[in-house]
Amino acid sequence: MNGVHDMGGMHGFGRIPYQENDAAFHHHWERRVWGLCQGATYPGWANLDQGRFALERMPPALYLSYGYFERWLYGLTLTLLEGALVTLDEVERGEARAGSEPRDDAAGPEIADPYAHSSYRREVEARPRFAVGERVRTANLHPPGHTRLPRYARDKAGHVHRHHGAQVLPDANAHGRGESPTHLYTVAFPARALWGPGASGKDRVFLNVWECHLHPG
Amino acid sequence: MTDREPPGEADRFSELAHLPSDPALRVKAMESLLVEKGLVRPETIDACIEKFEHDIGPHNGARVVARAWVDADFKARLLGDATAVVGEMGLLGEQTAEVVALENGPRVHNVVVCTLCSCYPWALLGLPPSWYKSFAYRARVVREPRAVLRELGVDLAEDVEVRVWDSTAEVRFLVVPERPAGTEELNEAALAALVTRDSMIGVARLAAPPA
Repeated sequence: MNGVHDMGGMHGFGRIPYQENDAAFHHHWERRVWGLCQGATYPGWANLDQGRFALERMPPALYLSYGYFERWLYGLTLTLLEGALVTLDEVERGEARAGSEPRDDAAGPEIADPYAHSSYRREVEARPRFAVGERVRTANLHPPGHTRLPRYARDKAGHVHRHHGAQVLPDANAHGRGESPTHLYTVAFPARALWGPGASGKDRVFLNVWECHLHPG
Repeated sequence: MTDREPPGEADRFSELAHLPSDPALRVKAMESLLVEKGLVRPETIDACIEKFEHDIGPHNGARVVARAWVDADFKARLLGDATAVVGEMGLLGEQTAEVVALENGPRVHNVVVCTLCSCYPWALLGLPPSWYKSFAYRARVVREPRAVLRELGVDLAEDVEVRVWDSTAEVRFLVVPERPAGTEELNEAALAALVTRDSMIGVARLAAPPA
């Protein structure tokens, strides 16, 4: 969707708010949001792409006024509501409705493992359509749903830099349409193709783009 | 089949707008609700916070960089298939299932961003810094990387090629910064101690250690 989250190239945000050593939780509640999002891993809840799409659907004014972990809390709340795991009334009151039976299958502390990982790569029969070095053009798409092709890189020409096998397609996975594994490439775009003559002729921008968003260039 | 607007978007916002404005209160209410419903266990929340806040950090990425500096074969394999190499070191993990390593040098400068959210190689670098997640960084570094880098203290000559990497898939990027001069005598562990988080994102170059 053409949301405010798709920020690449926007003007008006000012200087980078750089501070040294600020890679930390700044409030205790940010820790709890992180822990909730990590720790609540029961079946049937949102996948990664559904979680991202929930953040993207925040009203733009709210998105811009919230901090990072506050947006996460919004996404958590929205996916819980949409998954019918909680009701709005319960969220507002902070307690379960009368007669609600607690589940007994929530994950235990053993799942807390920063080195646990699951790749988005999948085996597929289809051969990759493009070869490294080939000229390609991105699709001119404006879907109302989730996509990882940013606006600034739509309908733009570049070259295939690398192939990453077939990977889960967020455009499908965010909408309950399954993983739809699709060949994924890194595509290199000349900065001038994206930003015009004001950009350096030496610079390039590299993006990962799924095959369904590419045409022969 | 045509895509439809997501259902209930506006309605859902009007519902969520009724919640308390203080995020601390909202989180507290959400936590107690999820615990009461058996959707999360408090000890699991605590364990997740503990592990992610203290076990991972830029020291992980620094180990990879320092080894690349001292071992040419390792570096060649890292630049060819970082996922395999980082996996052998046991350093794949959260948000870091597939990795591409990018070498910075006198002629090429790589810098990493996620314009769409704030994807970051957590297992290699730990919690992302606030500036990396800022709207200004997400908006600007793809369009004017040289201005952003200058603002952050990296002034690049015109003939250096800048490569900006936008993290749009489940592939994370790790910058291997240039080894500073005057470090020939240092061993791998001492070298790792020189490698900063910012240099592995690509917004800093490493200075020679004080003599």
